[in-house]
Amino acid sequence: MIEPIIEGTYKFDGKAAKLGYNLNKMCFSFNQEQCREEFRQDEAAYCDKFKLNPAQKEAILKRDIIALLRNGGSIYYLAKFAGTLGLTVQDVGGIMTGQTTEEFQAYLDSQGVGKTNG
Amino acid sequence: MAKILGAIGTSHVPAIGVAVDRGIEDTPYWKDLFSAYVPVREWINENKPDIAVLFYNDHGLEMFLDKKPTFSIGCADEYQNADEGWGIKPIPPLTGETDLSWHIVNHLIENDFDPTVCQDIKVDHGATVPMSVLYPGHQYRGTKVIPIAINCERHPMPKPSRSYAFGQAIGDAIRSWDSDQTVVVLGTGGLSHQLDGERAGFLNTEFDQMCMDKLVTDPESLTHYTNDQLTEIAGAQGVELAMWLAMRGACSGPVEELVNVLIAPISNTAAGVQLLVPKD
Repeated sequence: MIEPIIEGTYKFDGKAAKLGYNLNKMCFSFNQEQCREEFRQDEAAYCDKFKLNPAQKEAILKRDIIALLRNGGSIYYLAKFAGTLGLTVQDVGGIMTGQTTEEFQAYLDSQGVGKTNG
Repeated sequence: MAKILGAIGTSHVPAIGVAVDRGIEDTPYWKDLFSAYVPVREWINENKPDIAVLFYNDHGLEMFLDKKPTFSIGCADEYQNADEGWGIKPIPPLTGETDLSWHIVNHLIENDFDPTVCQDIKVDHGATVPMSVLYPGHQYRGTKVIPIAINCERHPMPKPSRSYAFGQAIGDAIRSWDSDQTVVVLGTGGLSHQLDGERAGFLNTEFDQMCMDKLVTDPESLTHYTNDQLTEIAGAQGVELAMWLAMRGACSGPVEELVNVLIAPISNTAAGVQLLVPKD
């Protein structure tokens, strides 16, 4: 398992890249629509095709993004998983922080600068 | 010899490309950001650089973990882009400039940088979003592009000091190219943001503004950070400051700042827009 280097922050380094290789390779395949469609047809079978370990497979099926990070997922490829599910980066931010998308957006807005119009 | 006319720092966050696609630049969320590009586009129209040397990072379109270059440089006649898995629309291909690409490669290796040379490479939103926002209507066909990628995904990645020195070597290469063509250097990405983990959504606009100011007056002061420090101060993807440092390294010496705007949030990021021109 990959532990945070600072609170809430997982460093994607060699250890994570080794642990997460198959998971990330599966998510990399989601660049192609035919692969996204194959995943949607049978998610578990698609995970098996890429030899995900049980923890990674469970996290994919449960959309547990934090568990995916802890099991070697890289956000670059997990973003393609999110896209396959039709989720935005704000939706994913909400999932990871235990908030609704609107709450997550409000958190971003609370740090805003330079906007005079909204 | 070729001349560097200026340097442009810009976000490459995909949402900007989507906003361009949908024609919603004038809506309240986007208006301030796109207003910041108006003088940058005017400068491009007035100066018409022949070539854009574009620093970006690939986010898993072309470069997977199987073979992941630390520094890489495009040496192709054309650069296509493609589906990235979450719905950004491809744009017309970018035109390359292989004579300058190879000149840069030769100069870099003679000066102790050893990039991966890419003769066939797709570019992702890191390159396409800046071109879309700087050239409305995708009117960039008269501008040749050299995409140069810096690994910002998997640690270890280049130290900020190394990305700055890499940019310096590329600037020297451009200025030693026997050509009367003109060049603009683009630094893309950033600024503070964190996409992943329970700390997702973290921004640090105070730090971003300091970085943009220091890029003008004292860029070397920014090269003392480690990537772990940038992660803590500016978020996990705040390490994309690398491309801005490479840009400023290439456009070295005293500069005049024509644009400096920071807008947040833009998607999950703080978005900087900066235009620097060398003081002759």
